[in-house]
Amino acid sequence: MPHDHDHTEPPSDLELRVKALESLLLQKGQVNPDALYGISETYEHKVGPKNGAHVVAKAWSDPDFKQALLTDATSAVADLGYMGRQGEHLTVVENMPSVHNLVVCTLCSCYPWTLLGLPPVWYKSAPYRARAVSEPRSVLAEFGTELPESTGIQVWDSTSEMRYLVLPMQPAGTEDWGEARLQALVSRNSMVGVELAKPASTLAQRDAES
Amino acid sequence: MIGGHDLGGKHGLGPINPEPESEEPLFHAEWERRIFALTLATGMLGQWNIDESRHARERQHPVDYLKQSYYENWLVGLEKLLDEKHLLERANQQQNQQENLRIPDAVGAEKILASGGPTLMPDMAPARFGIGAKVTVPKRQGSGHTRVPAYVQGASGEIVDHYGTHVFPDANARGDRRGEHLYSVRFDGESLWGSESQGQSVFIDLWEPYLEATAI
Repeated sequence: MPHDHDHTEPPSDLELRVKALESLLLQKGQVNPDALYGISETYEHKVGPKNGAHVVAKAWSDPDFKQALLTDATSAVADLGYMGRQGEHLTVVENMPSVHNLVVCTLCSCYPWTLLGLPPVWYKSAPYRARAVSEPRSVLAEFGTELPESTGIQVWDSTSEMRYLVLPMQPAGTEDWGEARLQALVSRNSMVGVELAKPASTLAQRDAES
Repeated sequence: MIGGHDLGGKHGLGPINPEPESEEPLFHAEWERRIFALTLATGMLGQWNIDESRHARERQHPVDYLKQSYYENWLVGLEKLLDEKHLLERANQQQNQQENLRIPDAVGAEKILASGGPTLMPDMAPARFGIGAKVTVPKRQGSGHTRVPAYVQGASGEIVDHYGTHVFPDANARGDRRGEHLYSVRFDGESLWGSESQGQSVFIDLWEPYLEATAI
Protein backbone atom coordinates (compact mmCIF):
# COMPACT_ATOMS: atom_id res chain seq x y z
CA MET A 1 0.00 0.00 0.00
CA PRO A 2 1.39 3.44 -0.86
CA HIS A 3 1.98 5.73 2.11
CA ASP A 4 1.60 9.45 1.95
CA HIS A 5 3.03 10.19 5.37
CA ASP A 6 6.56 10.08 6.69
CA HIS A 7 7.54 7.32 9.06
CA THR A 8 10.19 4.71 9.55
CA GLU A 9 9.16 1.31 8.28
CA PRO A 10 9.60 -1.43 10.85
CA PRO A 11 12.36 -3.87 9.86
CA SER A 12 11.13 -6.70 7.67
CA ASP A 13 10.98 -10.27 8.88
CA LEU A 14 13.95 -11.06 6.65
CA GLU A 15 16.05 -8.25 8.07
CA LEU A 16 15.33 -9.51 11.57
CA ARG A 17 16.15 -13.12 10.73
CA VAL A 18 19.46 -12.17 9.12
CA LYS A 19 20.34 -9.84 11.98
CA ALA A 20 19.57 -12.53 14.55
CA LEU A 21 21.72 -15.05 12.72
CA GLU A 22 24.58 -12.58 12.38
CA SER A 23 24.46 -11.59 16.06
CA LEU A 24 24.45 -15.21 17.14
CA LEU A 25 27.41 -16.15 14.95
CA LEU A 26 29.38 -13.09 16.08
CA GLN A 27 28.57 -13.76 19.72
CA LYS A 28 29.77 -17.35 19.43
CA GLY A 29 32.90 -16.12 17.69
CA GLN A 30 32.18 -18.22 14.61
CA VAL A 31 32.49 -15.39 12.13
CA ASN A 32 34.90 -12.49 12.22
CA PRO A 33 33.28 -9.06 11.64
CA ASP A 34 36.26 -7.87 9.57
CA ALA A 35 35.97 -10.94 7.36
CA LEU A 36 32.26 -10.21 6.77
CA TYR A 37 33.10 -6.66 5.77
CA GLY A 38 35.98 -7.83 3.56
CA ILE A 39 33.85 -10.38 1.74
CA SER A 40 31.13 -7.96 0.65
CA GLU A 41 33.77 -5.29 -0.05
CA THR A 42 35.57 -7.65 -2.44
CA TYR A 43 32.53 -8.07 -4.66
CA GLU A 44 31.32 -4.50 -4.35
CA HIS A 45 34.60 -2.85 -5.23
CA LYS A 46 37.26 -5.25 -6.46
CA VAL A 47 35.87 -8.15 -8.47
CA GLY A 48 33.43 -7.24 -11.26
CA PRO A 49 32.68 -7.17 -15.00
CA LYS A 50 35.63 -4.87 -15.70
CA ASN A 51 37.81 -7.99 -15.31
CA GLY A 52 35.87 -9.77 -18.05
CA ALA A 53 35.92 -6.66 -20.27
CA HIS A 54 39.72 -6.59 -19.91
CA VAL A 55 39.92 -10.24 -21.01
CA VAL A 56 37.61 -9.71 -24.01
CA ALA A 57 39.34 -6.51 -25.20
CA LYS A 58 42.71 -8.23 -24.92
CA ALA A 59 41.42 -11.18 -26.96
CA TRP A 60 40.17 -8.80 -29.65
CA SER A 61 43.48 -6.98 -29.92
CA ASP A 62 45.96 -9.82 -29.30
CA PRO A 63 45.52 -12.94 -31.49
CA ASP A 64 47.99 -15.01 -29.44
CA PHE A 65 46.10 -14.28 -26.24
CA LYS A 66 42.81 -15.10 -27.95
CA GLN A 67 44.19 -18.45 -29.04
CA ALA A 68 45.41 -19.17 -25.51
CA LEU A 69 42.06 -18.09 -24.07
CA LEU A 70 40.05 -20.40 -26.32
CA THR A 71 42.43 -23.29 -25.66
CA ASP A 72 42.75 -23.01 -21.87
CA ALA A 73 40.82 -20.07 -20.43
CA THR A 74 41.62 -20.95 -16.82
CA SER A 75 45.37 -20.45 -17.23
CA ALA A 76 45.09 -17.63 -19.78
CA VAL A 77 43.10 -15.44 -17.37
CA ALA A 78 45.17 -16.58 -14.37
CA ASP A 79 48.14 -15.00 -16.16
CA LEU A 80 46.22 -11.71 -15.96
CA GLY A 81 45.65 -12.26 -12.23
CA TYR A 82 42.04 -13.40 -12.43
CA MET A 83 41.48 -16.51 -10.35
CA GLY A 84 39.55 -17.57 -7.28
CA ARG A 85 36.14 -18.54 -6.08
CA GLN A 86 33.60 -19.34 -8.82
CA GLY A 87 36.29 -19.06 -11.47
CA GLU A 88 38.34 -22.14 -10.62
CA HIS A 89 37.65 -23.74 -14.01
CA LEU A 90 36.83 -21.62 -17.04
CA THR A 91 35.81 -22.11 -20.65
CA VAL A 92 35.45 -19.23 -23.10
CA VAL A 93 33.02 -19.69 -25.99
CA GLU A 94 33.36 -17.52 -29.08
CA ASN A 95 30.54 -15.81 -30.93
CA MET A 96 30.74 -15.85 -34.71
CA PRO A 97 28.39 -14.79 -37.50
CA SER A 98 27.19 -18.41 -37.73
CA VAL A 99 26.84 -19.11 -34.00
CA HIS A 100 25.82 -17.19 -30.89
CA ASN A 101 26.46 -18.42 -27.34
CA LEU A 102 24.34 -17.88 -24.24
CA VAL A 103 25.13 -18.90 -20.65
CA VAL A 104 22.67 -19.98 -17.95
CA CYS A 105 22.52 -22.09 -14.80
CA THR A 106 19.13 -23.80 -14.74
CA LEU A 107 19.74 -25.47 -11.36
CA CYS A 108 21.02 -22.51 -9.34
CA SER A 109 23.07 -19.46 -10.27
CA CYS A 110 26.56 -20.59 -11.34
CA TYR A 111 28.36 -17.64 -12.90
CA PRO A 112 32.03 -16.71 -13.51
CA TRP A 113 32.53 -14.50 -10.44
CA THR A 114 36.23 -13.88 -11.06
CA LEU A 115 35.47 -12.24 -14.40
CA LEU A 116 31.95 -10.84 -13.97
CA GLY A 117 31.45 -10.44 -10.21
CA LEU A 118 28.15 -11.50 -8.68
CA PRO A 119 25.28 -12.33 -11.05
CA PRO A 120 22.49 -9.80 -11.63
CA VAL A 121 18.95 -10.50 -10.40
CA TRP A 122 17.69 -11.46 -13.87
CA TYR A 123 20.36 -14.16 -14.26
CA LYS A 124 19.20 -15.77 -11.00
CA SER A 125 15.50 -15.34 -11.80
CA ALA A 126 13.19 -18.30 -12.41
CA PRO A 127 12.04 -17.12 -15.87
CA TYR A 128 15.61 -16.73 -17.18
CA ARG A 129 16.67 -20.10 -15.79
CA ALA A 130 13.56 -21.75 -17.24
CA ARG A 131 13.54 -20.16 -20.68
CA ALA A 132 17.19 -19.69 -21.68
CA VAL A 133 17.56 -23.39 -22.57
CA SER A 134 14.20 -23.89 -24.29
CA GLU A 135 13.45 -20.56 -25.97
CA PRO A 136 16.72 -18.61 -26.23
CA ARG A 137 15.50 -16.40 -29.06
CA SER A 138 12.60 -15.02 -27.07
CA VAL A 139 14.96 -14.45 -24.13
CA LEU A 140 17.36 -12.53 -26.37
CA ALA A 141 14.44 -10.49 -27.72
CA GLU A 142 13.64 -9.37 -24.18
CA PHE A 143 17.12 -7.89 -24.02
CA GLY A 144 16.58 -6.22 -27.40
CA THR A 145 18.90 -8.65 -29.17
CA GLU A 146 17.77 -9.84 -32.60
CA LEU A 147 19.91 -12.34 -34.48
CA PRO A 148 19.62 -13.41 -38.13
CA GLU A 149 17.56 -16.59 -38.61
CA SER A 150 20.67 -18.25 -40.03
CA THR A 151 22.65 -17.80 -36.79
CA GLY A 152 22.69 -20.96 -34.68
CA ILE A 153 22.32 -20.61 -30.92
CA GLN A 154 24.36 -22.59 -28.41
CA VAL A 155 23.18 -22.48 -24.80
CA TRP A 156 25.60 -23.48 -22.03
CA ASP A 157 23.89 -24.81 -18.91
CA SER A 158 26.44 -24.47 -16.08
CA THR A 159 25.74 -27.70 -14.22
CA SER A 160 29.33 -28.34 -13.03
CA GLU A 161 32.07 -26.14 -11.54
CA MET A 162 33.12 -25.20 -15.08
CA ARG A 163 32.25 -21.54 -15.62
CA TYR A 164 31.50 -20.09 -19.05
CA LEU A 165 32.26 -16.68 -20.50
CA VAL A 166 31.09 -15.54 -23.94
CA LEU A 167 33.62 -13.85 -26.19
CA PRO A 168 31.40 -11.43 -28.12
CA MET A 169 32.16 -10.49 -31.72
CA GLN A 170 34.34 -7.43 -32.07
CA PRO A 171 32.24 -4.50 -33.32
CA ALA A 172 32.88 -3.39 -36.89
CA GLY A 173 35.18 -0.41 -37.35
CA THR A 174 37.22 -1.01 -34.20
CA GLU A 175 40.01 -3.06 -35.79
CA ASP A 176 42.71 -0.46 -35.05
CA TRP A 177 41.45 0.47 -31.57
CA GLY A 178 43.61 -0.03 -28.49
CA GLU A 179 42.67 -2.35 -25.66
CA ALA A 180 41.60 0.39 -23.25
CA ARG A 181 39.17 1.91 -25.74
CA LEU A 182 37.78 -1.49 -26.71
CA GLN A 183 36.97 -2.31 -23.07
CA ALA A 184 34.33 0.40 -23.02
CA LEU A 185 32.33 -1.56 -25.63
CA VAL A 186 32.20 -4.78 -23.61
CA SER A 187 29.09 -4.89 -21.46
CA ARG A 188 28.57 -7.49 -18.76
CA ASN A 189 25.45 -8.68 -20.60
CA SER A 190 27.46 -9.31 -23.79
CA MET A 191 29.74 -11.67 -21.85
CA VAL A 192 26.73 -13.71 -20.66
CA GLY A 193 25.46 -13.67 -24.23
CA VAL A 194 22.13 -11.87 -23.83
CA GLU A 195 23.45 -8.86 -25.74
CA LEU A 196 26.08 -8.04 -28.36
CA ALA A 197 29.08 -5.80 -27.71
CA LYS A 198 28.23 -2.12 -28.09
CA PRO A 199 28.79 -0.63 -31.57
CA ALA A 200 31.80 1.62 -32.22
CA SER A 201 29.44 4.58 -32.54
CA THR A 202 28.73 4.42 -28.77
CA LEU A 203 32.19 5.81 -28.12
CA ALA A 204 32.32 8.12 -31.13
CA GLN A 205 29.15 9.70 -29.79
CA ARG A 206 30.59 9.99 -26.31
CA ASP A 207 33.75 11.59 -27.68
CA ALA A 208 31.69 14.10 -29.65
CA GLU A 209 29.75 15.05 -26.53
CA SER A 210 32.81 15.59 -24.36
CA MET B 1 15.97 -34.63 -6.77
CA ILE B 2 13.67 -32.84 -9.21
CA GLY B 3 12.82 -29.96 -6.92
CA GLY B 4 11.56 -26.43 -7.38
CA HIS B 5 15.08 -25.38 -8.29
CA ASP B 6 15.20 -27.56 -11.41
CA LEU B 7 13.79 -24.96 -13.77
CA GLY B 8 15.03 -25.66 -17.30
CA GLY B 9 12.12 -25.63 -19.77
CA LYS B 10 9.38 -24.73 -17.26
CA HIS B 11 6.52 -22.64 -18.60
CA GLY B 12 4.39 -19.91 -17.09
CA LEU B 13 7.06 -18.03 -15.17
CA GLY B 14 6.51 -14.83 -17.12
CA PRO B 15 8.91 -12.23 -18.46
CA ILE B 16 12.44 -11.72 -17.14
CA ASN B 17 12.17 -7.94 -16.78
CA PRO B 18 15.92 -7.30 -16.49
CA GLU B 19 17.05 -4.12 -14.77
CA PRO B 20 19.27 -1.97 -17.02
CA GLU B 21 22.88 -3.03 -16.49
CA SER B 22 24.11 0.46 -15.65
CA GLU B 23 21.48 1.00 -12.95
CA GLU B 24 21.43 -2.30 -11.11
CA PRO B 25 22.86 -2.28 -7.58
CA LEU B 26 24.87 -5.32 -6.42
CA PHE B 27 22.55 -5.80 -3.45
CA HIS B 28 18.99 -4.56 -3.27
CA ALA B 29 18.79 -4.41 0.53
CA GLU B 30 21.23 -4.35 3.42
CA TRP B 31 20.09 -7.79 4.58
CA GLU B 32 21.08 -9.25 1.18
CA ARG B 33 24.65 -7.98 1.66
CA ARG B 34 24.66 -9.53 5.15
CA ILE B 35 23.34 -12.96 4.23
CA PHE B 36 25.76 -13.07 1.29
CA ALA B 37 28.77 -12.37 3.53
CA LEU B 38 27.50 -14.70 6.27
CA THR B 39 27.00 -17.55 3.84
CA LEU B 40 30.52 -17.20 2.45
CA ALA B 41 32.12 -16.69 5.87
CA THR B 42 30.42 -19.71 7.45
CA GLY B 43 31.25 -21.77 4.34
CA MET B 44 34.91 -21.06 5.09
CA LEU B 45 34.61 -22.91 8.41
CA GLY B 46 34.80 -26.15 6.43
CA GLN B 47 31.78 -27.72 8.12
CA TRP B 48 30.00 -28.28 4.80
CA ASN B 49 30.84 -28.15 1.09
CA ILE B 50 29.26 -26.32 -1.85
CA ASP B 51 27.07 -29.28 -2.83
CA GLU B 52 25.69 -29.67 0.69
CA SER B 53 24.99 -25.98 0.64
CA ARG B 54 23.17 -26.19 -2.72
CA HIS B 55 21.21 -29.20 -1.48
CA ALA B 56 20.15 -27.30 1.65
CA ARG B 57 18.55 -24.62 -0.57
CA GLU B 58 16.95 -27.22 -2.84
CA ARG B 59 15.34 -29.21 -0.02
CA GLN B 60 12.33 -26.94 0.23
CA HIS B 61 8.73 -27.13 -0.90
CA PRO B 62 8.84 -26.02 -4.56
CA VAL B 63 6.21 -23.36 -3.87
CA ASP B 64 8.42 -21.83 -1.16
CA TYR B 65 11.53 -22.03 -3.31
CA LEU B 66 9.82 -20.17 -6.15
CA LYS B 67 8.00 -17.64 -4.00
CA GLN B 68 11.08 -16.60 -2.07
CA SER B 69 13.67 -14.24 -3.44
CA TYR B 70 17.15 -15.49 -4.31
CA TYR B 71 18.85 -14.40 -1.12
CA GLU B 72 15.89 -15.57 0.95
CA ASN B 73 16.67 -19.05 -0.34
CA TRP B 74 20.26 -18.50 0.75
CA LEU B 75 19.01 -17.59 4.23
CA VAL B 76 16.81 -20.69 4.43
CA GLY B 77 19.76 -22.81 3.30
CA LEU B 78 22.12 -21.35 5.88
CA GLU B 79 19.61 -21.66 8.73
CA LYS B 80 19.16 -25.32 7.79
CA LEU B 81 22.91 -26.05 7.63
CA LEU B 82 23.63 -24.34 10.95
CA ASP B 83 20.89 -26.39 12.54
CA GLU B 84 21.84 -29.71 10.94
CA LYS B 85 25.56 -29.29 11.64
CA HIS B 86 24.89 -28.17 15.23
CA LEU B 87 27.30 -25.30 14.77
CA LEU B 88 25.47 -22.90 17.05
CA GLU B 89 25.39 -25.43 19.85
CA ARG B 90 29.06 -24.77 20.56
CA ALA B 91 29.05 -22.60 23.60
CA ASN B 92 31.84 -20.15 22.96
CA GLN B 93 35.16 -19.27 21.40
CA GLN B 94 37.04 -21.70 23.63
CA GLN B 95 34.96 -24.58 22.37
CA ASN B 96 35.48 -23.39 18.78
CA GLN B 97 39.22 -23.63 19.38
CA GLN B 98 39.03 -27.00 21.08
CA GLU B 99 37.15 -28.37 18.09
CA ASN B 100 39.64 -26.87 15.66
CA LEU B 101 37.19 -24.50 14.04
CA ARG B 102 39.39 -22.17 12.01
CA ILE B 103 37.71 -18.80 11.76
CA PRO B 104 39.34 -16.65 9.07
CA ASP B 105 39.96 -12.94 9.66
CA ALA B 106 39.71 -10.42 6.80
CA VAL B 107 43.08 -11.38 5.33
CA GLY B 108 42.35 -15.09 5.67
CA ALA B 109 38.94 -14.67 4.02
CA GLU B 110 40.46 -12.77 1.13
CA LYS B 111 43.00 -15.52 0.61
CA ILE B 112 40.29 -18.19 0.58
CA LEU B 113 38.27 -16.21 -2.00
CA ALA B 114 41.37 -15.72 -4.15
CA SER B 115 42.32 -19.39 -4.15
CA GLY B 116 38.77 -20.74 -4.59
CA GLY B 117 37.97 -24.43 -4.41
CA PRO B 118 39.14 -26.27 -7.51
CA THR B 119 37.28 -29.52 -8.15
CA LEU B 120 39.73 -31.18 -10.54
CA MET B 121 41.02 -34.49 -9.11
CA PRO B 122 43.48 -37.15 -10.24
CA ASP B 123 42.05 -39.73 -12.65
CA MET B 124 41.25 -42.97 -10.83
CA ALA B 125 40.03 -44.80 -13.93
CA PRO B 126 40.22 -44.29 -17.68
CA ALA B 127 37.43 -42.21 -19.24
CA ARG B 128 34.64 -44.38 -20.56
CA PHE B 129 33.62 -42.04 -23.38
CA GLY B 130 35.69 -40.34 -26.07
CA ILE B 131 34.95 -37.11 -27.93
CA GLY B 132 32.19 -37.75 -30.46
CA ALA B 133 30.65 -40.64 -28.50
CA LYS B 134 26.85 -40.79 -28.50
CA VAL B 135 25.41 -40.93 -24.99
CA THR B 136 21.99 -41.16 -23.35
CA VAL B 137 20.97 -39.78 -19.96
CA PRO B 138 18.88 -42.44 -18.21
CA LYS B 139 15.87 -41.23 -16.25
CA ARG B 140 16.39 -41.28 -12.51
CA GLN B 141 14.60 -40.96 -9.22
CA GLY B 142 16.08 -40.23 -5.83
CA SER B 143 15.76 -37.40 -3.38
CA GLY B 144 19.48 -36.70 -3.11
CA HIS B 145 21.39 -33.83 -4.64
CA THR B 146 22.24 -34.18 -8.31
CA ARG B 147 23.37 -31.93 -11.14
CA VAL B 148 21.55 -33.66 -13.95
CA PRO B 149 18.60 -31.45 -14.91
CA ALA B 150 15.19 -33.08 -15.40
CA TYR B 151 14.83 -31.68 -18.93
CA VAL B 152 17.73 -33.76 -20.22
CA GLN B 153 16.75 -37.07 -18.60
CA GLY B 154 15.91 -39.58 -21.29
CA ALA B 155 17.60 -37.51 -24.00
CA SER B 156 20.58 -38.42 -26.15
CA GLY B 157 23.50 -36.24 -27.10
CA GLU B 158 27.13 -36.23 -28.11
CA ILE B 159 30.29 -35.83 -26.05
CA VAL B 160 32.08 -32.68 -27.24
CA ASP B 161 34.66 -32.21 -24.49
CA HIS B 162 36.22 -34.08 -21.58
CA TYR B 163 37.12 -31.89 -18.60
CA GLY B 164 38.97 -34.58 -16.63
CA THR B 165 37.98 -36.01 -13.26
CA HIS B 166 36.00 -33.63 -11.04
CA VAL B 167 34.41 -33.91 -7.60
CA PHE B 168 31.11 -35.77 -8.10
CA PRO B 169 28.32 -33.62 -6.61
CA ASP B 170 25.87 -36.44 -5.83
CA ALA B 171 28.41 -38.05 -3.48
CA ASN B 172 29.94 -34.77 -2.30
CA ALA B 173 26.52 -33.61 -1.04
CA ARG B 174 26.65 -36.60 1.32
CA GLY B 175 30.14 -35.61 2.47
CA ASP B 176 31.88 -38.16 0.26
CA ARG B 177 34.45 -36.27 -1.83
CA ARG B 178 35.31 -38.43 -4.80
CA GLY B 179 35.85 -37.79 -8.47
CA GLU B 180 34.19 -38.92 -11.68
CA HIS B 181 34.93 -38.01 -15.29
CA LEU B 182 33.17 -34.86 -16.39
CA TYR B 183 32.08 -34.22 -19.98
CA SER B 184 30.52 -31.43 -21.98
CA VAL B 185 27.60 -33.02 -23.82
CA ARG B 186 25.77 -31.38 -26.73
CA PHE B 187 22.03 -31.94 -27.20
CA ASP B 188 20.06 -30.86 -30.27
CA GLY B 189 17.44 -28.27 -29.40
CA GLU B 190 15.01 -30.16 -31.59
CA SER B 191 15.43 -33.40 -29.68
CA LEU B 192 14.88 -31.64 -26.34
CA TRP B 193 12.14 -29.18 -27.23
CA GLY B 194 10.69 -30.08 -30.62
CA SER B 195 10.87 -28.72 -34.13
CA GLU B 196 10.60 -25.06 -33.12
CA SER B 197 14.10 -25.33 -31.69
CA GLN B 198 15.85 -26.17 -34.93
CA GLY B 199 19.30 -24.58 -35.15
CA GLN B 200 19.64 -24.48 -31.38
CA SER B 201 21.67 -26.70 -29.13
CA VAL B 202 22.22 -27.01 -25.40
CA PHE B 203 25.59 -27.93 -23.89
CA ILE B 204 25.40 -29.51 -20.44
CA ASP B 205 28.23 -30.64 -18.17
CA LEU B 206 27.51 -34.21 -17.08
CA TRP B 207 29.48 -36.66 -14.97
CA GLU B 208 30.08 -40.20 -16.20
CA PRO B 209 27.61 -41.92 -13.81
CA TYR B 210 24.81 -39.82 -15.40
CA LEU B 211 25.52 -41.30 -18.84
CA GLU B 212 25.11 -44.50 -20.80
CA ALA B 213 26.39 -45.32 -24.26
CA THR B 214 23.53 -44.83 -26.73
CA ALA B 215 22.33 -48.17 -28.08
CA ILE B 216 22.69 -48.22 -31.85
